[in-house]
Amino acid sequence: MSGAVPASPVQTAAPSPGPPLWLLLELTYRCPLHCVFCYNPTDFARTGAELPTAEWLRVLREARALGAVQLGLSGGEPLVREDLEAIVAEAHALGFYINLITSGVGLTRARIAALKDAGLDHIQLSFQDSTREMNDFLSSTRTFELKSQVAALIREFGYPMVLNVVLHRLNIDHVGEILEMAEALGAQYVELANTQYYGWAWLNRAHLLPSRAQLERAEAVTQRFRERVAGRMQIYFVVPDYFERRPKACMNGLGSVFLAIAPDGIAMPCHAARMLPGLELPSVRAADIRSIWYDSAAFNRFRGEGWMKEPCRSCPERGKDFGGCRCQAYLLTGDPDNTDPVCELSPQHALVTAAVERAERAGREGPGPGAAREQVLVFRDHRRSIPVVTEVPARR
Amino acid sequence: MSDLPDTVKPAISQGLKLQWEPAQDAHVLLYPEGMVKLNSSAGAIMSRCDGARTLAEIVADLEHSYGLSGLAADVRAFVALALQKHWLELRE
Repeated sequence: MSGAVPASPVQTAAPSPGPPLWLLLELTYRCPLHCVFCYNPTDFARTGAELPTAEWLRVLREARALGAVQLGLSGGEPLVREDLEAIVAEAHALGFYINLITSGVGLTRARIAALKDAGLDHIQLSFQDSTREMNDFLSSTRTFELKSQVAALIREFGYPMVLNVVLHRLNIDHVGEILEMAEALGAQYVELANTQYYGWAWLNRAHLLPSRAQLERAEAVTQRFRERVAGRMQIYFVVPDYFERRPKACMNGLGSVFLAIAPDGIAMPCHAARMLPGLELPSVRAADIRSIWYDSAAFNRFRGEGWMKEPCRSCPERGKDFGGCRCQAYLLTGDPDNTDPVCELSPQHALVTAAVERAERAGREGPGPGAAREQVLVFRDHRRSIPVVTEVPARR
Repeated sequence: MSDLPDTVKPAISQGLKLQWEPAQDAHVLLYPEGMVKLNSSAGAIMSRCDGARTLAEIVADLEHSYGLSGLAADVRAFVALALQKHWLELRE
């Protein structure tokens, strides 16, 4: 869920790092849903047991002592953890600002009341599958009813109603209907986040990447809607970075402000970093947060600029975007030290333009002989959970 | 907005949190998935915006605490900015 990615005002990735201001706890990979755009690792079913409550509480205390202050609770679906309320209560007592990122499945009146009591500050409700929910919305069927009830509960308990919708080729043409659905849910803030291509979304990229024309139409529709609801709703439209000319300043540089902990206790400098080769990620079961953040090889690996290759190494913008996303560099080029190929200056930028061109063709021709080569859409589930690294050689 | 009356009672907006962060040596304003590190004057003003004190009382308290005078215009300008950014809201 892209909502978990910080847009921090904090400036640089210095060799001597500041505290991990942002802490993301991925409490579980368990989830009642099977979203094709999920960023969870594709081999999630192979990961170890989830941390017990006491370990999560220790992580909270240690991170807070270092200066962590923004807390994201996500997953999987964090509501499947029965100790969510206990984790929220401890985080609140420690002084965290607590964001829950949820599909809303399992958010009953009793649970939201308990979470509010425990000190939860904010809820971001995600659409699980906006195509299905939109169909439900148009036909007034059950899933949409459930979502409406959850949205009403969120408002009733005094939280702003914040909705996150992941866009991709299969639903982006319906952005107008999606926004009407958000309005019907009483959303005050809507984030239309184009899919980021990691995890399950990477496997499904050929099906999910929209064409430039689709993107432009969606932005125009969003702009008209924005004007109509000005003052009542705020709408953010996040363009997929495959269409940008410069890479995003991913995580403000790895190891600069962001610390994520996976369900099994693996500590990561970004929630997708588990895929990076040669990065021996430390576990909170074996080390404390201070030594993980400041001393571990994994968290120091991409600090500063020493790891950069050309063209980043001599680029005047290296202090602004830190070379872009390491995971994207690895997935697309096979080497996490390369310039993120989203950047026009990357010698491998053609990998990105080729993917966009394939999307353009697919958009023009629809499913046909060209599309037949592409793999089928893979829904996230345990049986299909496979290691994504086997996909990489084919794409080099 | 510099015509804010002295009697308004600014408060930290609902859903936001202001707190002192020793690790950052600053007051920090926390909001959904974001934060702003405040400089010392902004921190001093915001930490007095409790929805109970009027703008005039906040100015008087600041002038007293820091042994200064003539802060009203600066405080009023900052409060106006913070209202515009929705960091503060006015209470009855």
